[in-house]
Amino acid sequence: MTGAGRFAAVDARSHHALFSDEHEQLRAEVRLFVEKELVPYVPRWEKEEAFPREVFVRLGELGLLGLKFSPRFGGEDDIVADAVVTEELARCGSGGVAAAVGAHKDLAALYLARFGSDEQQERWLRPSLEGTLIGALALTEPDVGSDLAALKTTARRDGNDWILSGTKTFVTNGAWADFLVVGTNTGSSSEDRDLTLFLVEPDAAGVTRRRIRTLGWRPSQTGEVHLDAVRIPDSHRLGQEGSGFYAIMRSFGWERLVMALSAVSAAAMTYEVAKKYALERTAFGRPVGKFQVWRHRFAEMATRIEAARALTYNALRLVAEGEEAREPIAMAKLYSTRIALEVADECVQIHGGYGYATEFSAERALRDAQLAPIGGGTSEIMREIIGRGLGI
Amino acid sequence: MVGAPRRYAPAMSWPFAREHAELRTSIRSFVERELAPRADEWEEAGDFPDEVFRRMGELGYLGLSYPEEYGGGGGDYLCQIVLAEEMSGCGSGGVAMAVAVQTDMAVPPILKFGTEEQKRSYLVPAIKGEKIFCLGISEPDAGSDVAGIRTTAKKVDGGWVVNGQKLWITNGRRADFMTLVAKTDRDAGHQGISLFVVDTTTPGFEVRRTLDKLGMRTSDTAEIVFIDMFIPDEALLGREGEGFYNISWELQGERLVGAAGAIAGARRTFDVAVAYARQRTAFGQAIGKHQAVRHMLAEVATEIEAARQLVYLAAWKVNRGEYSVREISMAKLLTGETAWKTADTAMQIFGVHGYQMELPIQRAWRDARLIRIGGGTDEIMRDVIGRMEGL
Repeated sequence: MTGAGRFAAVDARSHHALFSDEHEQLRAEVRLFVEKELVPYVPRWEKEEAFPREVFVRLGELGLLGLKFSPRFGGEDDIVADAVVTEELARCGSGGVAAAVGAHKDLAALYLARFGSDEQQERWLRPSLEGTLIGALALTEPDVGSDLAALKTTARRDGNDWILSGTKTFVTNGAWADFLVVGTNTGSSSEDRDLTLFLVEPDAAGVTRRRIRTLGWRPSQTGEVHLDAVRIPDSHRLGQEGSGFYAIMRSFGWERLVMALSAVSAAAMTYEVAKKYALERTAFGRPVGKFQVWRHRFAEMATRIEAARALTYNALRLVAEGEEAREPIAMAKLYSTRIALEVADECVQIHGGYGYATEFSAERALRDAQLAPIGGGTSEIMREIIGRGLGI
Repeated sequence: MVGAPRRYAPAMSWPFAREHAELRTSIRSFVERELAPRADEWEEAGDFPDEVFRRMGELGYLGLSYPEEYGGGGGDYLCQIVLAEEMSGCGSGGVAMAVAVQTDMAVPPILKFGTEEQKRSYLVPAIKGEKIFCLGISEPDAGSDVAGIRTTAKKVDGGWVVNGQKLWITNGRRADFMTLVAKTDRDAGHQGISLFVVDTTTPGFEVRRTLDKLGMRTSDTAEIVFIDMFIPDEALLGREGEGFYNISWELQGERLVGAAGAIAGARRTFDVAVAYARQRTAFGQAIGKHQAVRHMLAEVATEIEAARQLVYLAAWKVNRGEYSVREISMAKLLTGETAWKTADTAMQIFGVHGYQMELPIQRAWRDARLIRIGGGTDEIMRDVIGRMEGL
């Protein structure tokens, strides 16, 4: 306390140890882009359950798809800058649009950057970061989610080719992706953890796909991809044969961290929407937000959002320092996604009937928020990870 | 980003530097050797010796962030957070609280608002632990509503005459000096309040009784009355009429250090519960291996970590000179709620063993309950935060 000025006015939200002035400048630029080029179109995209591919091209032009990657592909090797992009995209008001971009830059492109050969990177990663190709990660199957070792999609060697068979589902971008990173079982038995990743292009013979309609994340192009004896060359194998399990485990961390960052950011925005309405709408002679019960409920929300942010930034800091940070990331995802859901629920509540009406964004925020405790490893899986970290 | 992953290292160092880690090691060793072994005895007695202050003064722990010219360590604010976190390991919330009243509540206003002469007279013995301080804010009918206090200081020739009553005064019985909040102008509202430093041997300063409490039993909590107590002009601390604002400043430090101690204490209680969950068996396996218990503990671990990171964010800001009332209030609120939930969970894990007085779980439970009340209740914190949010 000694030496601190008395009540110096500070905008709390713009300061954190992780971010440099350059990061804050980037944030301002992305925010402007999101407000001008995404937000106005979100209601239409949500209604159509689709959005244009040009969004990816624009993001590529602005250099926002590859900041965490090597300068060789136009990146800056800066994961904190990449996190800023993730946070700001989550403010577009459509979880589905943000998720589609995330599935592209934080899953498909990440796998290519980490495990791809030079040739594969030239062919798929470079255009991905330019936004001219859209990628997807296809791991989940109708009967297999977090329990990866049980994947049923098989890849069988046939001369210099591989034959892939199986079904992948809940693939974000799955319905429109130009390439898919597909997890397969190449072991001798179904219990074998011999997983191998492949790059599959949807125009290959034997690939069929369909859209899956979802409660939220509606424009996310979530799809089911069916692989019926799809023949692909060995040059489409991503990483060593049998290296898939390790590769996936290593990449889950970033996916979960991205989900935590997005959840905090979405929660903060939903909170602002709720607060604005609480100050506009009057009942019994004053704004409903001025009733003490609501003031206190907003105080609880604001506190938990700030705690979720602090917890998530701590995990991000650890990752930026080169740590795997498995438990801190699990904590960040578990906590942030729950808080985001709670805030969205409160936002619907303060809006009353308007909260339930699809003309307003409150109900969409609630539908979108419900995916985060499920995707990328459920909350139950996060608790398992944290519990195991405690030695129980 | 594309490099090989490193093993997860639990040493979450931010926002601390190596010097803080070294300080932490030395305080921890002192706490483990000189305080914790006597916690049971002190709890039984409902008291602890003044000698603890002198010993901590000797070791430099009472003035870590105070300027060297007054005998302090010249450290930064984060040293106070380290002290609060490590004191939570003493096993008695009352001891930690009594020391915190000295280091982070009653004395900081003297450094911040005092004259050079006041600083020399009070800071030097306070930092040495030769003199003990208490803080006189609360009254029977005024807690968080500081403007509602009734104790008056009436201007007379050469000084002030104080009349009134203070309640819930930690260190009140043992204190040599009190940092006092009193009304100097009944009609001026917030502008009618001033601070004083009062020698407790002044005629008219009367400790009426000490209060029995659910927890924090080793701290002496006094009711004090002032009967025509004359104090000299030099007792005024800061400017007349600015006491409300100055004590609002003090409350921020009080809340943040309280939050840091609370969440560090919660983590200790939690660790004890996890250790027990690994050792105690039921239905053929450690109870922690039962999934419902594992998930319950995973939730609490997460909430503790979230609250701790919020405390660190607020502390980091204060250390940079940003006076973040918003984050401090949030940290106070969330740590209080989390510490209480942690204590309750720990008791559940221990089952009936937690409920018996021979084990320390019940003490942690009793001590933790105060955090949601003292230094501004949960409800006050929500009101402060809500108003700062424009509601």
